[in-house]
Amino acid sequence: MTSTAESGAALGPVPDGFDRAEVEQFLYREARYADEADYDAWEALWTDDALYWVPVSSTDDPLRQMSVIYDNRSRISTRLNQLRTGKRYAQAPKSNLRRLVSNIEFLGGTANSDGGADLEVGANFLLLESRARGTHLWGGRVTYRLRHKDGALRLAYKKVVLVDDDRPIPTMGFLI
Amino acid sequence: MSVDAETPGRYGRLIQPDRVHGSLYTDPSIFAEELHKIWYRSWVFVGHESEVAQPNDYVRKRLGLQDVILTRDRDGAVHLILNRCAHRGNQVCDDVRGNSSTFRCPYHGWTYRNNGELVGFPFFKGYGTRKLDLSLGRVPRVDSYRGFVFGSFAPDGPGLIEHLGAAAGEIDRLARLSPEGRVQLNAGWLQHQTRANWKLLAENETDGYHPQFVHGSIFGVTGSPIGALYSDASTAVTRNLGNGHSENDLRPEFRKFGEPMRWFGTTESRVPEYVAAMRAAYGTEAECILIEGGPHVMVFPNLFIAEIQVFNIQPVSVGECIQYATAVQLGGAAELNRRMVSQCVGSVGPAGMLLADDTEMYERNQFGIESLAPEWLDIRRGLNRERVDADGFTVGAATDETGMRAFWSQYKTLMEQP
Repeated sequence: MTSTAESGAALGPVPDGFDRAEVEQFLYREARYADEADYDAWEALWTDDALYWVPVSSTDDPLRQMSVIYDNRSRISTRLNQLRTGKRYAQAPKSNLRRLVSNIEFLGGTANSDGGADLEVGANFLLLESRARGTHLWGGRVTYRLRHKDGALRLAYKKVVLVDDDRPIPTMGFLI
Repeated sequence: MSVDAETPGRYGRLIQPDRVHGSLYTDPSIFAEELHKIWYRSWVFVGHESEVAQPNDYVRKRLGLQDVILTRDRDGAVHLILNRCAHRGNQVCDDVRGNSSTFRCPYHGWTYRNNGELVGFPFFKGYGTRKLDLSLGRVPRVDSYRGFVFGSFAPDGPGLIEHLGAAAGEIDRLARLSPEGRVQLNAGWLQHQTRANWKLLAENETDGYHPQFVHGSIFGVTGSPIGALYSDASTAVTRNLGNGHSENDLRPEFRKFGEPMRWFGTTESRVPEYVAAMRAAYGTEAECILIEGGPHVMVFPNLFIAEIQVFNIQPVSVGECIQYATAVQLGGAAELNRRMVSQCVGSVGPAGMLLADDTEMYERNQFGIESLAPEWLDIRRGLNRERVDADGFTVGAATDETGMRAFWSQYKTLMEQP
């Protein structure tokens, strides 16, 4: 991993060729796949150099400090394969989920391994989770990096900073 | 429930050799008694000296229900002080961590040194003196073992070494994984809210019966050999280490293979710098250390060391607790440390591919124990085949409930004290 994994990486200008309506539709689709536990469709959104990251407030360097999730593409696959067994008890039975994604902003561009630039998008989210344990409201800030690949948008990076990332949080077995 | 809370011998009836009563996990009056007889009396794990590495470093911690500050003063001494102003009860420290020689209460500006001593207060004429006989509360006994900091609210009683007993040797085994003999817990802690009584966690930590079932999903997907360590055919043992401590001793299994780093799920070719540093540091002993790996030990009541990760369990209420989890970091082992963070992040915490499933079990247990019948939890597994090993410890098979019985024996002893 390089420093591009960290939010402090310098952002370039918003790259050309990203249509706002198309990006919004992509983010809503990603949210729906996660809400509906459509693991195959969700997995297909990711690029090969994917990074899915949920830090906590003390995570300055994810390679040296604990995060809730710090998945590269291979570990995303492992996580989804565990869910697919139907015996990932933290998510079997599955949580009922619905999330809102809002305050969508194009933040800039980040150089990617293909020699192009990924679009960096910021958004806020609220997510209602219902399961036997009770109902829990999750919320926070998401940073996405999106890339055009083979004529479609793909997800290269998703960082989710929970508003309560400095406090104890319950089990998060679903895709956030 | 038919057990009278006020009669003597209550815990003798609730805790039997082969079963324990459900009210131990659900009765608020028992939880209140535990706070005073265990959490505020016994030695409780709080944090690690490496979290306050520099003079005047501090970090907020939880000890039972208490908000405590782990500090290192300018002379290097470590303190546990209570985050409560002696004047009106406000919190003197609201940052989670930092570096400061003093704490100043925001309410009226009372200021304390990081050893708890009151330095000053504004407008002293109202008191007729510049000195008051007040200070922050202090955890009366603070001691550490290989940097693991424990606190006891009892002003006297058994010392930490006496409390740790044979478990100290397991912490030594952890430290021996470092070429410098040094453990650090400086990778930050995940905080996992758990809606279950804390004892369900303490019992589970050395329960070798559950892994193949609760963790079958991840073992199957990753092809992990961990499941076999906890099978009916395993040569690993569960050992009662005394004083409520217990371990899953996996060394017999690792010795069978005799492969360095197998305990870490890798081979020595993947971590050449680490293995070389270990051989340089320990000479002929290194092979044994590299083959046998780290301990899997539950230190009563709340410290769990699982090879590469450390857990600190703290209660919130009779039906809720917090699991704090971090990766072990070893002095002089940068190559291994990164891998330990990565593996640990994958395994533990709210989304961990192991601990999220354990936690789901704890929460379902707590829900189930509210059922009116049966009233008891069964802990007899392995009673039929327990033996005493060469060192005089009671030992069961890999999947036996020897660790639970060790826990309950100490719990009963402490709870029956006046």
